[in-house]
Amino acid sequence: MRKKEMMAMLLAGGQGSRLGILTMDKAKPAVAFGGKYRIIDFPMSNCVNSGVDTVGVLTQYQPLTLNKHIGIGMPWDMDTKYGGVSVLPPRQTEGEKGSWYSGTANAIYQNIDYIDAQDPEYVLILSGDHIYKMDYAAMLAFHKKNNCDVTIAVLEVTLEEASRFGIMNADENDKIYEFEEKPAEPKSNLASMGIYIFTWKELRKALIADNALHADSDFGKHIIPAMLDQGKTLYAYRFKDYWKDVGTIESYWAANMELIRTLPEFNLYEDFWKIYTNSDNQPPQYTGPDASVRTCIISEGAQIYGTLEHSVISKNVVIEEGTYIKDSIIMEGCVIKKGSVLDRCIVDQNTVIGENVRIGEGDNIPNDRKPKIYNTGISVIGSNTVVPDNISIGKNCVVYGKTKPEDYADNQLASGQSVIIEEASL
Amino acid sequence: MKAIGIILAGGNSERLKNLCKVRAIAAMPMAGSYRAIDFALSNMSNSGITKVAVITQYNSRSLQDHLSSAKWWDLDRKEGGLYIFTPFLTSSNNFWFRGVADSIYQNISFLKRSHEQYVVIVSGDAIYKMDYNKIIDYHIQKGADVTIVSQNCEGTSRDVHDYGVMTCDENMKITSFEEKPIEAKSSNISLGIYVIKRSLLIKLLENAIPKGYYDFVKDIIRRNMGKITMYGYMFDEYWNTLNSVEAYMQTNMDFLKPEVRRMLVTEPFIDSKPSDDPPAKYNSGATVKNALIGTGTIIDGTVTNSVLFRKVFVGEGSSVNNSIIMKSSYIGKGCRIENAIIDKEVVVGDGKEVIGEPDNPIVIEKGVVL
Repeated sequence: MRKKEMMAMLLAGGQGSRLGILTMDKAKPAVAFGGKYRIIDFPMSNCVNSGVDTVGVLTQYQPLTLNKHIGIGMPWDMDTKYGGVSVLPPRQTEGEKGSWYSGTANAIYQNIDYIDAQDPEYVLILSGDHIYKMDYAAMLAFHKKNNCDVTIAVLEVTLEEASRFGIMNADENDKIYEFEEKPAEPKSNLASMGIYIFTWKELRKALIADNALHADSDFGKHIIPAMLDQGKTLYAYRFKDYWKDVGTIESYWAANMELIRTLPEFNLYEDFWKIYTNSDNQPPQYTGPDASVRTCIISEGAQIYGTLEHSVISKNVVIEEGTYIKDSIIMEGCVIKKGSVLDRCIVDQNTVIGENVRIGEGDNIPNDRKPKIYNTGISVIGSNTVVPDNISIGKNCVVYGKTKPEDYADNQLASGQSVIIEEASL
Repeated sequence: MKAIGIILAGGNSERLKNLCKVRAIAAMPMAGSYRAIDFALSNMSNSGITKVAVITQYNSRSLQDHLSSAKWWDLDRKEGGLYIFTPFLTSSNNFWFRGVADSIYQNISFLKRSHEQYVVIVSGDAIYKMDYNKIIDYHIQKGADVTIVSQNCEGTSRDVHDYGVMTCDENMKITSFEEKPIEAKSSNISLGIYVIKRSLLIKLLENAIPKGYYDFVKDIIRRNMGKITMYGYMFDEYWNTLNSVEAYMQTNMDFLKPEVRRMLVTEPFIDSKPSDDPPAKYNSGATVKNALIGTGTIIDGTVTNSVLFRKVFVGEGSSVNNSIIMKSSYIGKGCRIENAIIDKEVVVGDGKEVIGEPDNPIVIEKGVVL
């Protein structure tokens, strides 16, 4: 094994429950983004662009979509002989021991043997939750320059926002002396991005020590405070570029919509720091003779025959004649049949919307089952779903499964209502 | 595995003019996100042929770049996989391939070391989707020595005098074969797709080359007419070959038709080297009708009846009609592009016009700045 200076461990086991039906059948890092990517493509591309070629991806919640996407690492040129991607689910050990990953640090603890086998000097801890471009090599240089045991990437937020984050209180050189989780009265505006570089031998010791204390060992709650207490050297590394949390339906929708702007803040169109993904087959995109498309991004293989405005259309989508789609995200492999009208709608992959369906009409009534998740007027149609012809669906609605006309009273689903059909065979 | 494949990608054509100055025909960009050879390679792979040789000669740099990894066609194999043969020097040999038969003969060890019974020989210049197993099964069923795939051009605009023309009897046994005849005896043309038993091919090549017979059609097929049994296999789906600027234009435009485009969006797919460009972007001034748009392309103007490849930019107030624009070309503001083939990395400055005739498109060479 060739020695690795720095390897990465990517925490990809979380559900991301605030994304509602989008994470019903896949982990959050596997959720599609920007017409052709999945969220995990951003940290993975950052790794390969930063020269980090060994990544352990920790999976737990609904990993199938993610596993298929990762494969042998081909999307990011990580199908290499030395290093590459390893998918690391929880495992059983001698004497029927072993357990689920119970916390962020616990997940790493359970893979100490994997990391030891790579023999790195430094370990980069990432999550698969954010959209950003970041040079981890520059962060490592900072770590080495300051002789750190831990470097924590931080974002400067407003003091009002600060009480939603883990906040680093640091001196004038950005050396951290205190960590506060979601403080009511924040003393600083340096918010942790959940991106850490650890000197491996220090992290290894801390993980083993903390495992004896906390069964749900967590970086923010346990490891970082413990290392501060022990007088280890922790620095905050300020990140000043685009960084987007896409953890809620609204923020996910908004981050997608930002990409459509003429000059988006987050630019995917430059060759430098390219974002890589799984491009299996890739016919060009076709726009038909009667189509009308304004301010949209449209991925390969999509066939457009209707009217599109301000929308994100993913790979191999078919938009039939007479449709009108506005402010919506249509994911891979969906078919929107003739005459349907969609307004502020997210349609997850491989879903079929029948003819003359209307989605997004009516009043903005929050979802009655999950008002905290669906409350900004966006209706979400799940993956592999069928919406029959002539159905009218309101705002903040959720539809999942192969629905039939009898699942809707009077061909209607009022704002805030849901139809969720789970396969009995599952 | 019943067969190995040989893709002939050595060709270059005077009739493709400047488009082929920088690349072999097999490397010609096609339908917005492919190169011509992707069709033959994907057909091989989709037919379960896992040992494929690409024989190149002319200007193969861009072709070699495209084929630098075989994994996109599932041809990165421990056993077999993709072979690329270019002319090479030996102590007894210091010439280029002297013909198609010679190019195969110089790599005869590829044939001899294989154990598959059949060889599928195709051109890398043609655009079509075909399951070669059907031809092999037909070949076996007919007990043929050679099977040649043919298409009937009756009632089409294709000029059969530019092709090999064959006649068959009622059992489809080939009775005559003429290359580019002055007077064609039939409207059945050869598509340059052959199935032949490997051992027979070795024998025919070993007989021909030492006598100075280097051409495949003339020296292997025609010279053996009557000595070995050859059958025709009729293929009536879409097929076109890039043998002129007009054919190149037409083939690209054909993909605007749903029945031809279906080839790309139904399984088995045509595969290509991926590039991971972001989705195409339609800005507020965009009007696009009946067009294929490659990934990473940004449109501010009007595009109609056209094929745009990857990372093209069409500026505000510009109009592109009935044209092909290849990768990374930049069309400024207020331009008019009509009946044009714009090669890669061309820059058309603001307000410029590039206008060809509907039946005689204007070609702008790679990298030109207007």
